[in-house]
Amino acid sequence: MTNEAENVTAYNFAYLDEQTKRMIRRAILKGLAIPGYQVPFASREMPMPYGWGTGGVQVSAATLTPEDCFKVIDQGADDTTNAVSIRKFFEKTAGVATTEETAKATVIQTRHRIPEERLTEDQVLVYQVPIPEPLRFLEPRETETRKMHSLEEYGLMHVKLYEDVAQHGAIATAYAYPVKVEGRYVMDPSPIPKFDNPKLEMDAIQLFGAGREQRIYALPPHSKVVSLDFEDHPFEASKADHACDLCGAEDSYLDEVITDDAGGRMFVCSDTDYCRSRRAAGHVGAQGAPYEEGVA
Amino acid sequence: MTPLLQVQGVSKYYGARIGCEDVGFELYPGEVMGIVGESGSGKSTLLGCLAGQLAPDAGEVLFDTRGEGLRDTLKMSEPERRMLGRTDWAFVHQNARDGLRMGVSAGGNVGERLMAVGARHYGQIRGQAIDWLGRVEISEDRVDDRPGMFSGGMQQRLQIARNLVTGPRLVFMDEPTGGLDVSVQARLLDLLRGLVREMGLSAIIVTHDLAVVRLLADRLMVMKDGHVVEAGLTDQVLDDPQHGYTQLLVSSVLQV
Repeated sequence: MTNEAENVTAYNFAYLDEQTKRMIRRAILKGLAIPGYQVPFASREMPMPYGWGTGGVQVSAATLTPEDCFKVIDQGADDTTNAVSIRKFFEKTAGVATTEETAKATVIQTRHRIPEERLTEDQVLVYQVPIPEPLRFLEPRETETRKMHSLEEYGLMHVKLYEDVAQHGAIATAYAYPVKVEGRYVMDPSPIPKFDNPKLEMDAIQLFGAGREQRIYALPPHSKVVSLDFEDHPFEASKADHACDLCGAEDSYLDEVITDDAGGRMFVCSDTDYCRSRRAAGHVGAQGAPYEEGVA
Repeated sequence: MTPLLQVQGVSKYYGARIGCEDVGFELYPGEVMGIVGESGSGKSTLLGCLAGQLAPDAGEVLFDTRGEGLRDTLKMSEPERRMLGRTDWAFVHQNARDGLRMGVSAGGNVGERLMAVGARHYGQIRGQAIDWLGRVEISEDRVDDRPGMFSGGMQQRLQIARNLVTGPRLVFMDEPTGGLDVSVQARLLDLLRGLVREMGLSAIIVTHDLAVVRLLADRLMVMKDGHVVEAGLTDQVLDDPQHGYTQLLVSSVLQV
């Protein structure tokens, strides 16, 4: 299939050739059939370095259709290098429409965040995953971790949480917080803040791609996702105890921004589209100015 | 009384070479069996075969499981065998580093087996870890230190605590006192003897140190070139050795 809209590039639609996309789609389907299971796939060399989201890009490429509307976020923001370059990549190689508005997008590729706005059944969320194996830092042998997954030996995962509590008095893992999917597989939800963990039970399809590690896994809509914890140290979705200084939101995940070298700081929504839409609706935070169209 | 472990005709070959050949014995609950012999005599190979770490080429290893009575562990499915490995069995390695997680605190090391069998209450796990550290004479304030900060003897004691915390019925020990100086060895042996008696453990101890078996073992097997050349009660074998090799072994011990 060629890019019919512009027909100016020599690229196949969405960069990857059709056989590769078939291979990736098979992995995605298997991943959806076995929620949380890491499906090996033949990850391709992409025109960007490992660590920039090659896994997510391949999953997006296999998922996109010409009618899709594509959005990319990096730590919640639409305007950072990673997000901009991946968005441009698909504008160029797939010619799909792109957007910054969460509600308008049909495919959203994300690095390290889940959008604040509730996703719907018509949307697909694609995660970029650096290290898909939640047991990796405790057990370096891949042969052994695969065996542990197949035999459901997940005691080791709690050893990590035990160490957290022993050293910090509470479960200090704040991102990439391990979850158990449908009572079976323990899964790394990619380095999203644990604030986002409860949102993993959602209406949209969630796909996870790890390019360097050559793994794809998935969560079908409404999958049961439980964050691991201890009975006496239950899981807690934490965020900075503050309201957004631009839009005043109290329910969104916040970035702390240092504004000068005299201790000045502000907390702003990490989800830029959420913040923008709230300001457009007239909300103003402690340090925010009234919203003007086209002004950041 | 049914034996806890019944071994019949276990053989393991490394190509044409013999690892161990046609070994058989029975181990009853509460009994400690020593396996002695020189380096290369097949002691560790035999232990590996018994503990499910090596696959023997022939023979049966029957274990008296809690649920289903005597079962051949070699024919068990891997999940069953691994389950045994973290509940009813324990394995103490010669090098504590092989049996410990060096990147995890002492408390985490002891707690791992508890969490592996489903413990999910931090306070209880930690309480049991501290209790066990006390039993192996490691003070409570070292519970959050990593094993790398411990001395060799402490590491070995920690490994023992980590293995015994789930109350196993059978412990495999491979040279538990190897590489430790004699005074530390003596204390470790004292500790082991106490724990074995107190918990009614059965144990199989592989060693080349006759003093260890004299102190710990009820019965003794002497191995040479992969074969058992003599077996019997420990005192009997050591005080009245019959086989030429056993006589050599006993007379080789330096008297200070």
